[in-house]
Amino acid sequence: MGKITGFMEIARKDRGYEPVTERIKVYREFVRALPDADMGQQGARCMDCGIPFCQTGCPVNNVIPDWNDLVYRGHWRQALDVLHSTNNFPEFTGRVCPAPCEAACTLNINNDPVAIKSIEQAIVDKGWIEGWIQPEAPARKTGKMVAVIGSGPAGLACSQQLARAGHAVTLFEKSDRIGGLLRYGIPDFKMEKHHIDRRMAQMKAEGVTFRTGVHVGVTLKAKEILADFDAVVLAGGSEKPRDLPVPGRELSGIHYAMEFLPQQNKVVAGDKVAGQILATGRHVVVIGGGDTGSDCIGTSIRQGAKSVMNFELLPKPPDQEDKPLTWPYWPLKLRTSSSHDEGAQRDFAVATKRFEGEGGKVTSLTACRVEWVKDEKGGMAMKEVAGSEFTIPADLVLLAMGYVHPVHEGIVADLGVEKDARGNVKATTDGKGCYATSVAKVFAAGDMRRGQSLVVWAIREGRQCAREVDAFLMGSSDLPR
Amino acid sequence: MEIPAGLPRAQGLYDPRRERDACGVGFVAHIKGKKSHDIVSNGLTILNNLTHRGATGADPLHGDGAGILVQIPDAFFREEMAKQGVKLPKAGAYGVGMVFLPQNPAARSACVREIERAIANEGQVLLGWREVPVDPTSLGHTAKGTMPVIRQVFVGAGRDQLDRDAFERKLYIIRKASGHAIRALGLATAGQFYVPSFSHRTIVYKGMLLAHQVGEFFTDLRDKRFVSALALAHQRFSTNTFPTWDLAHPFRFIAHNGEINTLQGNLNWIRSRQATIHSKLLGPDLDKIWPLIYEGQSDSASFDNALELLVMGGYPIAHAMMLMIPEAWAGNPLMDAKRRAFYEYHAALMEPWDGPAAVAFTDGKFIGATLDRNGLRPARYFITEDDLIVMSSEMGVLDIPQSKIVKKWRLQPGKMLLVDIEHGHIVSDDELKRDLAAERPYQDWLDRTQLRLEDLPSPGAVPTPDTDKLLDRQQAFGYTQEDLKMLLTPMAVAGEEPVGSMGDDTPVAVLSNRSKPLYTYFRQLFAQVTNPPIDPIREQLVMSLVSFIGPRPNLLSPDSTEPVMRLEVAQPILTFEDMEKLRRASESTSGHFVSEILSMCYPSEWGVEGMEPALARLCADAEDAVRKGVNIIILTDRDTSAELVPIPALLATAAVHHHLVRAGLRTRSGLVVETGSAREVHHFACLAGFGAEAIHPNLAFATLLDIKDGLPQMVDDKELVKRYIKAIGKGLLKVMSKMGISTYQSYCGAQIFEAVGLNTKFVEKYFTGTPSAIEGIGLAQVAEEAVRLHRQAYSDAPLYRDRLDPGGDYAYRIRGEAHVWTPDAIAKLQHSTRSGSFATYKEYAKLINEQSERLMTLRGLFEIRCAPTPVPLEEVESAKEIVKRFATGAMSLGSISHEAHSTLAIAMNRLGGKSNTGEGGEDPIRYVPLPNGDSMRSAIKQVAAGRFGVTTEYLVNADDLQIKMAQGAKPGEGGQLPGHKVSRYIAKVRHTVPGVGLISPPPHHDIYSIEDLAQLIHDLKNVNPAARVSVKLVSEIGVGTVAAGVAKAKADHVTISGFDGGTGASPLSSIKHAGSPWEIGLAETQQTLVLNKLRSRICVQTDGQMKTGRDVVIGALLGADEFGFATAPLVVEGCIMMRKCHLNTCPVGVATQDPELIKKFAGKPEHVINYFFFVAEEVREWMAKMGFRRFEDMVGRSDMLDMRRGVEHWKAKGLDFSRLFYRPPVDETVAIRWTERQDHCLDKALDHHLVEKARPALDSKRPVQFESAIFNRNRTVGAMLSGEVARRYGHAGLPEDTVHVKFKGTAGQTFGGWLAHGVTFELEGDANDYVGKGLCGGRIVVYPSKDCPIVPEENIIVGNTVMYGAITGEAYFRGVAGERFAVRNSGATAVVEGVGDHGCEYMTGGTVVVLGKAGRNFAAGMSGGIAYVLDEEGDFSQRCNLAMVELEPIPEEDRIAADAGANVELETHGKVAIDHVAGDDGATIKALVQRHLLFTGSERARRILENWATYLPRFVKVMPLEYRRALAEMAQEQARRGGTAKGAEVRAND
Repeated sequence: MGKITGFMEIARKDRGYEPVTERIKVYREFVRALPDADMGQQGARCMDCGIPFCQTGCPVNNVIPDWNDLVYRGHWRQALDVLHSTNNFPEFTGRVCPAPCEAACTLNINNDPVAIKSIEQAIVDKGWIEGWIQPEAPARKTGKMVAVIGSGPAGLACSQQLARAGHAVTLFEKSDRIGGLLRYGIPDFKMEKHHIDRRMAQMKAEGVTFRTGVHVGVTLKAKEILADFDAVVLAGGSEKPRDLPVPGRELSGIHYAMEFLPQQNKVVAGDKVAGQILATGRHVVVIGGGDTGSDCIGTSIRQGAKSVMNFELLPKPPDQEDKPLTWPYWPLKLRTSSSHDEGAQRDFAVATKRFEGEGGKVTSLTACRVEWVKDEKGGMAMKEVAGSEFTIPADLVLLAMGYVHPVHEGIVADLGVEKDARGNVKATTDGKGCYATSVAKVFAAGDMRRGQSLVVWAIREGRQCAREVDAFLMGSSDLPR
Repeated sequence: MEIPAGLPRAQGLYDPRRERDACGVGFVAHIKGKKSHDIVSNGLTILNNLTHRGATGADPLHGDGAGILVQIPDAFFREEMAKQGVKLPKAGAYGVGMVFLPQNPAARSACVREIERAIANEGQVLLGWREVPVDPTSLGHTAKGTMPVIRQVFVGAGRDQLDRDAFERKLYIIRKASGHAIRALGLATAGQFYVPSFSHRTIVYKGMLLAHQVGEFFTDLRDKRFVSALALAHQRFSTNTFPTWDLAHPFRFIAHNGEINTLQGNLNWIRSRQATIHSKLLGPDLDKIWPLIYEGQSDSASFDNALELLVMGGYPIAHAMMLMIPEAWAGNPLMDAKRRAFYEYHAALMEPWDGPAAVAFTDGKFIGATLDRNGLRPARYFITEDDLIVMSSEMGVLDIPQSKIVKKWRLQPGKMLLVDIEHGHIVSDDELKRDLAAERPYQDWLDRTQLRLEDLPSPGAVPTPDTDKLLDRQQAFGYTQEDLKMLLTPMAVAGEEPVGSMGDDTPVAVLSNRSKPLYTYFRQLFAQVTNPPIDPIREQLVMSLVSFIGPRPNLLSPDSTEPVMRLEVAQPILTFEDMEKLRRASESTSGHFVSEILSMCYPSEWGVEGMEPALARLCADAEDAVRKGVNIIILTDRDTSAELVPIPALLATAAVHHHLVRAGLRTRSGLVVETGSAREVHHFACLAGFGAEAIHPNLAFATLLDIKDGLPQMVDDKELVKRYIKAIGKGLLKVMSKMGISTYQSYCGAQIFEAVGLNTKFVEKYFTGTPSAIEGIGLAQVAEEAVRLHRQAYSDAPLYRDRLDPGGDYAYRIRGEAHVWTPDAIAKLQHSTRSGSFATYKEYAKLINEQSERLMTLRGLFEIRCAPTPVPLEEVESAKEIVKRFATGAMSLGSISHEAHSTLAIAMNRLGGKSNTGEGGEDPIRYVPLPNGDSMRSAIKQVAAGRFGVTTEYLVNADDLQIKMAQGAKPGEGGQLPGHKVSRYIAKVRHTVPGVGLISPPPHHDIYSIEDLAQLIHDLKNVNPAARVSVKLVSEIGVGTVAAGVAKAKADHVTISGFDGGTGASPLSSIKHAGSPWEIGLAETQQTLVLNKLRSRICVQTDGQMKTGRDVVIGALLGADEFGFATAPLVVEGCIMMRKCHLNTCPVGVATQDPELIKKFAGKPEHVINYFFFVAEEVREWMAKMGFRRFEDMVGRSDMLDMRRGVEHWKAKGLDFSRLFYRPPVDETVAIRWTERQDHCLDKALDHHLVEKARPALDSKRPVQFESAIFNRNRTVGAMLSGEVARRYGHAGLPEDTVHVKFKGTAGQTFGGWLAHGVTFELEGDANDYVGKGLCGGRIVVYPSKDCPIVPEENIIVGNTVMYGAITGEAYFRGVAGERFAVRNSGATAVVEGVGDHGCEYMTGGTVVVLGKAGRNFAAGMSGGIAYVLDEEGDFSQRCNLAMVELEPIPEEDRIAADAGANVELETHGKVAIDHVAGDDGATIKALVQRHLLFTGSERARRILENWATYLPRFVKVMPLEYRRALAEMAQEQARRGGTAKGAEVRAND
């Protein structure tokens, strides 16, 4: 249970970063791991709560107290087993997860939470180094064929689970490489891509067939899939970006983040990209204060932007949350990412009014300040602050305002699955018939079902969906949920 | 079953079988056998003077029963019968049957006919019938209504009956045979038929009478010709108010005060002997006695039946009593070898009838009494110069001039008092037992027949644990990760059962979605009120794990003419080697023991349906085996595999056990269970309780060896097994002791469980006799659970491939067992109460209340009926009124921080609700309101077994005084606050020493029975007449009956707690497996109280995981007036269910004493207030829906409840709540809620007189001195006076000796209770139990009457449990005190001239000087204070319990001389101040002996002082180790501060 009095004796100590000046020169990961002994000490801070709130804070419900304890006692291999029992890809979440578990950590009530995320990564990294992570091929094949469409974290997790249950899984990916947003949405400096390749190798050995460059619903028709497979899982993500329909939007130099970020990842991977969008020497404005915006900042800075400005429509959140009213939930508070520290300016409660340009190319951006007031329905409404308009130079504008729903054209339309009010593929997550869409033997998981979310949620849904598919195919399932 | 006339039939949750009673008992006899009418009148007088030990029901004229047993008055009957022309043969040649006959004439005549027929059949002569004259005028209405026709039948001895004992046997057979015949008639009114006695020596007059009514009702008893040399009298206190004539004592041989805890087992064992028993004396007549004991009889009646069989079978009555209630012999090094051999030999004949018992017995030739092994009932006696002996529950019952008394003594634990009337002398315990032990060569017989398993030859190769497929097998038996981590690991490392905290919020097994071990459907029963639990650690000397495997000798063949080999094990958990020995028993015992292994497994392909036939076959195989001569049956499931599925071992064990009982074969064979399923204490307890004589947990051992390398410390294999066995053994002792059972032998088969969630058909078939209140699953579902586990275990599912199920029973796990407290529920509750958002609260309430997907609680399955037209919300009683019914739970300062504790108090005081101190006192500063008007005073003051901080001042500052009988998380257990948690502040509040550990004993040492409880209620009421006295009980089967008894004991308030209540520290098995949901206990309580017409007198509260308004509404509908909440308000204060309270590491400052952590406490009274208002608002919403405007209208309206429809859950669908929702049909005049006050009869208190006399002292501190006579019926003298002192002057009280009262006579119980500072009680005479209870600064002096010729130091002066929980003050007793002298003394000083067993038990402070012999187990659990014992014979160390203390010599005289004069004030009347830090032992003793002489005039004191140099070295100092350490620390601190030894701050003793 960690050390009973560990939390009273040991301070939180977390991984550090390489200095900004060094890390912005390259695209590799810059988080410095802590020695095992330090990680063990950090594990000792875990209080082994009667109710481990971290476990519900964590979308895959990692059994965090157990592996904290095992790390503290030096049983790394067992810790890895426990970690893998709930999470197929801890090396992904250990790097890119915002760690809602730490927000929910009981120590976070009035102290610093346990460094759960770092411990998670330490465990799995050690597992790879030690060669403990090996394929887990099923003892028996079921003879059932499953198609998983989309190779993001949901599709990967779903495929791995189904393969381990003995089904023949084919994973379809429209891009040239497996991984979805993991591959092309998240910059290498956050997560290097060999992690994905390593998992692919494992999954191949477990029996998953990867088919890249196949855009189901476009290059491969849905009815062929339905004919060839006993079950189909839609895990295509939520890729329809939110647009900013203001005057000047048509100017060149204004791009969605997902036009910008993948190109750099391809370059890092060794591909040649013709006409790459580059921030080099430009005044970059990133619109949207979330993680994607942050990734755009970090990438722009590495490319050598002249300046990077980040706008957020919502007001600046408080520096500290009101813990008595927020814990154990994910609180609203000012979050400063490593990219923000690399030289971006941030401005809050700013609405973009128009883009101005020369020669069809954007050169500046005019925005105003807004305030948020309660409307008569009790909701918050945005109001422009009179006379607050201002203009800043902008020769590269990156739109990172989130995604509205999955792309409907293609597989969604082709299959004709029912959608929910928000335009996501409709399926429930609990009870009978969960994860099943309105079309027989078609299931949906991940962002495609729930809308834009975290990698860890995608893994959760992939796993849970796999269990439902297995139960659908076999009558019952022993896959863990 | 046979229901005595007058008792209602079983209905709802009421079952007449649960009725309990306790009583006052006494006898008077002429030692030389001189018969006189005076003896009879004296018997009646004793009864009268024991009236306060009885009780009345709703009708004050209606008692619980009383009676008297005498010798047959030959002359009287001769003359009476002559009147109707019957000439009786000579005395002894005729017998008299006292017969209760039905009022219905036809039925009556049928009964008469059967008796006459039996007389003829047995070859005896019917002489005639006599109508017993009665005068029913003084009887209550109900007693009259059920009064039988009472007649006596006279039977002459037949020609062949020359031997009187043979004639007595014939009378016995006549009674048994006619009784069976009358039963067989099946008459509707047969319940009225009963034969109180049928003997040629004795006769019993008894009935549904009050004590004084016995003589008034039976006019015979007033007739001068009615003579006897002995009279045995009994006054009953039963838990019910129903008129039953036959349940009155005495029975034919005994009158009993106490309770047999092991009754169910004793009955089973008796029954199981039927086929094997035979008797030379009774011959073929033996067949006529069966059934020996009718089902449903009281424990005393059953005991009497069994004793009767032994006596008829040829045992002298004293011998038979020793067989049934043996003294503790197994662990007694002081017992002589012959006597031990006697007991050991007899142990195999019959298991003890275990429980608190003072049994007075007579067969007309001998009269005597015996006490249970632990001395849990009072029994005092005296002898006069003219050969009268009087034994009674208390002294003072007969007004005999003190000058005539030559001896006053008491019955000691396990000892017997016997008077041989025929030969005219008293047989001392020693003499009696020495003679009996020497009568036969028991040791030789033992040597020839007794084998110890450990002595059998080692089998050489012992099979090693099978580690193949260990994981699969663990899974097949439902092992979880928690079993390994939370249970097995701590046991293996520490040899102790693990401890946890907070309550159990998981669903009961029948509601769980998971496959639960069958063990979890059985809940451990525990003692509350009607009998005491035992402390198995501190009173280990009475506990025994000895078990016999194999056949039992013929009970009625005491002379070993047919030797039967017996196999004994020291404890019942068998190792691999032990098992191998058993398997090969035949070779190593020359065929005496033949074991056969029967598999509990069956082919898995047979599936769920296969289990029933497999069980049937197993039972049949077992029977065959026994019939062919096998005498050790080994049930095993070690062959479990993918192909073989195990029947749950508990099911198989119980099934085989009951099958053999029914076949009458059970005592012919031992039953040993080898199972993979048993791993935690509860599992072993269940197997034992249902018949396993020994258990081999093969898989638990294999698992331990497997996880060895991962343990926190290196332990070798042998040691590992040893520690685990030790932990299980200790746990078993604890489980047994919580029911007050001290031997494994009597626990075995005693079925001390109730089933929750099993259906009656299943239970009756396999667990016959086990109660089950709410139905539930049957064999099919039990099989389903087993088969599911098995399937999962042997499947290759990834889920189970490489790991065990997470469990989640002890800590929340997403993939484990469900919990009511989820992260969301806690977050929503905290957010709502902090922000004041009712909307968020409703989200919380919804999470708790709505259980359609997740079944959690019984009430979750209830549907609340709504009115067709709801009431507008604004017309419903306001929340402000409703919250007054709310209280916070009893959480001690110590278990939670001062901050958390006082926040609750402030909140409840603002609300008008009540907070509870919990055990451990209260800082007087909290009685003073805060500047802002808030108050930290807890309205409810708890009085728990430890009595910590229970001062007079504490008691008078209460609105409610709550006697904690049990606690939901660990009913029947005590507690322990380790020394490191006893901070300066806690020590101050508890009146103890910082750093010294504090032990709360499992029982209140002044409550061993229901009439004791009545006494404590009376005590508390005297101290603070304005406070309500409350009794806290825990839900279990029979709690309703106990609650009825509590109401009759005059409690104003009763709390029914659920098993799921929280705790600061408790063994995990207790948190999980003891007690039942409050829904069941509350419903039973309501039904029983209403049925008894007692409900109106007592306020009913319920608590246990009470969380929402819906919970409150359900509680009200089931019958609660008030509600307790503990966990939820703690959560509001910040608790996040760490379940680490016992580790002192609560990270939110709630349950910790760590100053750094306390700083993190962030709770606010406002939050708590918000919570209670939210709950009340939710209650209002429900009330509106149901159509109730006033809360009180809702109380007891269980007709508004229904089982939720459409429950499809595979297990829960078998539940049936109809018995829970039952409403006894009573007319409208019978209240179903609390409407009136109890009459405590305080107006009779002697204290009114004392208070009046002491007025000048009370008003203006003017000293007063006066005298008063005192009698045993003057109970609790001094408490009211002291309450008045404390109310005016607080704990400090009055100056020394301001009120000085001199009493003369025999004081009743609790003389000088809570006597306040400044009050001196001087008593010339003697006193009963509980003298100086809670002594709070006063002085008590007791010495014998000046005219009494006894030698004081050789006679008893005060009773048992003297100075229990004394805080401070001093006492001097010239004479010997009873058992448990100065138990739990916190700081008082006492001098006494001898003490009984368990002296200074649990003492934490103070000084005790014993100028004479101290009994066994002195200083058990003594953590503080010092005792000085004058050890003249040099054998004290053998009787002292050295677990926590060391014995030190007293320093030399010269040192004392040097220090002389240091305590000059001792010479005066001034208060004695003893400084343990300075350690002037010699001076201290001398000063105290001087004072003893000064106050009591003790000759012994004078002699000691006169020969000081000789006596001083003979004193032994009893020094607790922890206390010594704490004193040393104080001395150091003192030195640091430069203070002196006299520094007030470091005085250990205040």
